[in-house]
Amino acid sequence: MFWLAAFAIAALSPVASLATGESIGGKLIQTVGEERIPTAGVTIIVRQEGSEIGRGESDSEGSWEIPVPGAGVYQVTLDTTTLPDGVGLTNPDAAELPDVNVREGQAKKVIFPLGEGTTSSVSSYERVGALFISGLKLGAIIALCAVGLSLVYGVTGLVNFAHAEMVTLGAVTAYFFHASPVGPQWSLLVASVPAILVGAGFGWLQETAIWRPLRARHMGLVSMMVVSIGLSFAVRHLILIIFGGEPRAYPDFAGQPPIEILGVSVVPKNLITIGVALLVLAGVGLFLQKSRAGTAMRAVSDDADLAESSGIDVNRIILITWSLAGGLAALGGIFFGLNEAVQWDMGFSLLLLIFAAVVLGGLGTAYGAMVGGFVVGVIVEMSTLFVPNELKTAVGLVVLIVMLLVRPQGLFGTKERIG
Amino acid sequence: MDWGSIFIDGILATIGPVTAAYAISAIGLNLQFGYAGLLNFGHVAFMLVGAYGMAITVDFGGPLWLGIIIGILVAMLLGFLLGLPTLRLRADYLAITTIAAAEAIRLVVRSSWAEPLTNGVFGIQGFADSFFSLNPFPPAELYGIGSLVVTGRKLWVMIVGWTIAALFVFVVHRLMKSPWGRVIKAIREDEDATTSLGKNVFAYKLQALMIGGAIGGVAGMILAIDQQNVTPDAYLPQITFILYVIVILGGAGTILGPIVGAVVFQFLFFTIDALMVNAQADIGWVGDLLTPAAAGQVKLVLVGLGMMVLMVFRPQGILGSREEALIDER
Repeated sequence: MFWLAAFAIAALSPVASLATGESIGGKLIQTVGEERIPTAGVTIIVRQEGSEIGRGESDSEGSWEIPVPGAGVYQVTLDTTTLPDGVGLTNPDAAELPDVNVREGQAKKVIFPLGEGTTSSVSSYERVGALFISGLKLGAIIALCAVGLSLVYGVTGLVNFAHAEMVTLGAVTAYFFHASPVGPQWSLLVASVPAILVGAGFGWLQETAIWRPLRARHMGLVSMMVVSIGLSFAVRHLILIIFGGEPRAYPDFAGQPPIEILGVSVVPKNLITIGVALLVLAGVGLFLQKSRAGTAMRAVSDDADLAESSGIDVNRIILITWSLAGGLAALGGIFFGLNEAVQWDMGFSLLLLIFAAVVLGGLGTAYGAMVGGFVVGVIVEMSTLFVPNELKTAVGLVVLIVMLLVRPQGLFGTKERIG
Repeated sequence: MDWGSIFIDGILATIGPVTAAYAISAIGLNLQFGYAGLLNFGHVAFMLVGAYGMAITVDFGGPLWLGIIIGILVAMLLGFLLGLPTLRLRADYLAITTIAAAEAIRLVVRSSWAEPLTNGVFGIQGFADSFFSLNPFPPAELYGIGSLVVTGRKLWVMIVGWTIAALFVFVVHRLMKSPWGRVIKAIREDEDATTSLGKNVFAYKLQALMIGGAIGGVAGMILAIDQQNVTPDAYLPQITFILYVIVILGGAGTILGPIVGAVVFQFLFFTIDALMVNAQADIGWVGDLLTPAAAGQVKLVLVGLGMMVLMVFRPQGILGSREEALIDER
């Protein structure tokens, strides 16, 4: 197969005249076999929250550099219409890098993964279809994360605000085993295994070290929620210290060329995300329905005292639930990192949508969380047809509030559990 | 390591306008969390809408006093909107909705869609000119004892800030002595019992959320006036958690708790900061281990840990009594 890879790789030295101020730059280099050809005359635009900050063009050596007013998060867009013939972005969605974080005084370098050109004219059918697929993908990720939160709520009555950090921990651990220079550099598939184990282990550790002792002290739920948000805050910033503030991508499956299904162009990893998530969620459903531990989990969720008196070891079941929740959240985090980027606050940024999903489905119901996850994912992505992209997270809040007003127990909840 | 200058910087930070703003905001949060038992995890949103309500009004040509009133009204409206769907439900729903709303509101304010009103990430400046024109102290002159000095401009914000804090302490004190306050505390102790006495628990909780929110809005204005600038990223979620540490540290459900908590917290926060900056410069292995940015994050890790440890081992804080602090332990 004819293969043309063009990579915009980071320039090694910052431009001297701009070294004092913050800037974003890079070098567009096209690698054909062993040859490296600079790509000139490509327009790059820097925006912040939608408004243009500056634009620049790559020079004869492929270099470009755009000064920015200060430290902050910027969106960097490569104008695909200015690319030379035969060169295009591998993934049309990657023309914009949404979260380029520039630190104080930093000359930030960014990379555009380029490849074979694709057409840029998109019909509304294709747009709706693509948004639907990406909504399902987001929904799959939300559902994986939300199920654990809901299960833990079911057996302990605690809304665990540190759940978001289990998501981040999974993604970051996978990054360590997969791509970190000091890690073993396994493939992402292999690296997922220790990441999920670490996620499950973190759930286990939380329950053993924090929540079980606190329950033994008869701490109230309001106080426990304060503890959980303190934990969330501490762990999130601990991850920031260790992992750093820069968003990073998994090298595996990066810049996958899209395939066409029913006239809609889809990146295969989106489909894999949806497929694997559905399989895992079905597995969780089977576990809850058929296995002894799963049945016991539902029993504890229904009435912990009754379950205890019928011989179920409630603490053991709660421990299993925490570990399961941690593992599922870690898997959700890996998929989130695969489709977006691995970042220290990725879990927290997903938390609003996880909550919307859990409330939509009904707090404490595992199946509700699954359905809620997919519904919220699709609503949020499809809403970008009508509202600006940057507001789509706020749509999740609207879903949450409307649901609380209309049907606070959620789609699958029972009424007497509320209030 | 220069202990003298660390101490002076710590004192200056402790009595500064930011501490006053945090103390005021904590008074609002204390009313909601400490007295009424409402789990508001998005208190920073009230500060944000208060500050923006004021700044936008002035930006569109209104006088500052009108801006302050609008800021307070917007903060109360936010409390109403967040309380309406959640306060009939269990405590967790309010917590979920407020933490989600705080983040969503910040995203909307910094979006290009809201730019005509909020000026996006660049924020709004120059709304506090009429405040500073009232300043009786020459703004560039230094006031203080020895090396403990502030500019006249800072002093003016400090005096106004701490006066407002004292005023709110008095207001909350009167409120809590009133029949209204007794109902609020009764709701925290046992909601069902209060309902059975014929009290409209929902309305009382909504009022507590709105009043606490309005106080938070005023705190946001003080912060904005001190900085002469409102930007969405000055109202990050971490402020809410700093406020929780302040409220619990001082003593949730006590009158002076928020003030004591804010002063002690700010002093510890800045002393730790100064110690770390010094340790980084002087002690080799610390400098190797921590970059300056990471050292700043260590403080936030400590905020989270502090929140957990306090809640577990000393929920009554410095001033509270243990019986009152065990909010929902039955």
